Amino acid sequence: MEFQAKQLFAKHGVTTTLGVVVETAEEARKAAEEIGFCVVKAQVKAGGRGKAGGVKLAKTPDEAFQHATDILNLTIKDLPVNRVLITPATPPQEEYYFSFLLDRSNRQYLCIASVEGGVEIEEVAKTNPDAVKKIAIDPGTGVDAAKAREIATEAGFPEAVFEQAVEMIESLYKVFVEEDATLVEVNPLARLEGDKLEALDGKVSLDENASEVRHPDHEQFEIREEADALESKAKDKGLNYVKLDGEVGIIGNGAGLVMSTLDVVAYAGEKHGNVKPANFLDIGGGANAQVMADGLDVILHDEQVKAVFVNVFGGITACDEVANGIVGALEILGDEASKPLVVRLDGNNVELGRQILSEANHPLVTLADTMDGGADKAAELANA
Amino acid sequence: MSIYLNQDSKIIVQGITGGMGAKHTALMLDSGATIVGGVNARKAGTTVSHKDKDGNDVELPVFGTVEEAMKETDANVSVLFVPPAFTKAACIEAIDAEMPLIVVITEGVPVQDTAEVWSYLQGKKTRMIGPNCPGIITPGVSLAGITPHTITDTGPVGLVSKSGTLTYQMMYELKDFGFSTAIGIGGDPVIGTTHIDALQAFEEDPETKVIVMIGEIGGDAEERAAAYIKDNITKPVVGYVAGFTAPEGKTMGHAGAIVSGSSGTAAAKQEALEAVGVKVGKTPSATAELAREILKSL
Repeated sequence: MEFQAKQLFAKHGVTTTLGVVVETAEEARKAAEEIGFCVVKAQVKAGGRGKAGGVKLAKTPDEAFQHATDILNLTIKDLPVNRVLITPATPPQEEYYFSFLLDRSNRQYLCIASVEGGVEIEEVAKTNPDAVKKIAIDPGTGVDAAKAREIATEAGFPEAVFEQAVEMIESLYKVFVEEDATLVEVNPLARLEGDKLEALDGKVSLDENASEVRHPDHEQFEIREEADALESKAKDKGLNYVKLDGEVGIIGNGAGLVMSTLDVVAYAGEKHGNVKPANFLDIGGGANAQVMADGLDVILHDEQVKAVFVNVFGGITACDEVANGIVGALEILGDEASKPLVVRLDGNNVELGRQILSEANHPLVTLADTMDGGADKAAELANA
Repeated sequence: MSIYLNQDSKIIVQGITGGMGAKHTALMLDSGATIVGGVNARKAGTTVSHKDKDGNDVELPVFGTVEEAMKETDANVSVLFVPPAFTKAACIEAIDAEMPLIVVITEGVPVQDTAEVWSYLQGKKTRMIGPNCPGIITPGVSLAGITPHTITDTGPVGLVSKSGTLTYQMMYELKDFGFSTAIGIGGDPVIGTTHIDALQAFEEDPETKVIVMIGEIGGDAEERAAAYIKDNITKPVVGYVAGFTAPEGKTMGHAGAIVSGSSGTAAAKQEALEAVGVKVGKTPSATAELAREILKSL
């Protein structure tokens, strides 16, 4: 969110105004009393906040109160607005665009800069693509003072703010590498009265792998209340889960196979009342009873779910372990397991795995021979 | 024949003494691969005990550095089971030692670390596969990674995939034909060996008759591969793309598997592949069926 991006900007010496983040209209009024003429800005992880009515100017504390009331009632791109940022209203003389990002296609970093238009950058890119400069950055050498100067020149920053731009480019690159970001965007980068350059709004995307490995402090940026309750529960259990809108719960091993399972279930659903996959859940290599129970626990608490498809290919994991995991999970869950389960096992020790499930003879479990067959059965049961 | 990995491959394991390293060293030996040692600076001079595929005891030496391991064993492949925080350093050590092939299994490597390694590797003598991948198998001959070696044997299919379990699934679907080489290139946003690299190698490999290419949402690797196929590949290619039902903006398990705005969608990738004559299956089994038809007609 904007206020978090600005915190990271400030940490690395990028000129910005933090403002005050509040969660009630009354607090917004108080903040406005301190700040004076101000902007009330919705804080959600989505672009297009202005167009959605989430950014308003307030001349008086009463106006700030009124705008905050309205904005806190908004939903922007399906996200409820739970907080607003109050910052001084500082009308820009000029607006620029600046970003560093991971260019995965070329396996390097990319700087995108334009001095012709900030917030309307996408429009500029269409109508005047030459005004949007793209400068490749070698991850091995990065951005030093000389490279920052080269970028500022290429971008065409006006002389009056040129030196400030060079400094800001260096600082923004620090945000990018020291925080392990995949995107650092300033939009608009504003030239204020008195030729002062400031990051008026911004966005930072962080690499989750890096946060895990070396940025324990990044946890503070995760605002859980906005996440789906089931996703939140799954995360607490260390599961790789994404909630979707559908009726067939999915558990599988390996990201690719699970993605594929969702697709196959969606196709099968076309023949069964258009039921759809309810989630992505990858239990990874070691599908033991506890992980399986945790996964089933999350999925069975999804009220939309009518049936569950467990699709496992035993590569290194042996199917008998997975089968024992399912049997154990159903024991752990007891009466809470109340929806039909279609299980498809293949690969390492598959016969033993199927035998274990057959012998357990659990009333909710149906065995499927193939992935397509299992998907069809699960879709049928979800449509029953 | 095969690509990248053959009977002359001599493999060391960086991280041979760790849990994953030990487990998969045993499985690689069981596949018949030639494992000649490992690296762990803190355990240099010791050995680790394993069994070969015939059940005989083998003592594998642990070296302090990759350079020393290469000097002593003539190793030409290194498989990395190193924790994500240390993967960059381990890769750079192997690149400095001029290891011809490194296979990085580790999941969770910071993407800027991989980008730096990729930059460092330019102009050097090393090929990198991964990270976040199952590695590479030339069935019946060698295995550098974690792909199960019991699924199928050698044959005419060449397979390149972003996903591990879909690699196994496809090998299983076509187990009656077998594979020249199956390579999992990994699901991270930045990887070493790409679909295009593998396609080129399969094109040049006389044993490979049909190429199966598995992609997934995120990035534009499949679209680039399609453009490459159009101009450079004469062998039949069958494709599969996972993630048609993935919502925009959500990472689906693999760090690189994300639809951003309207880019990186499965539909766009399928369209790009079909536009250059690649037959794309709707499901893994339908894809296998397409490959099967071509194999039968050869």
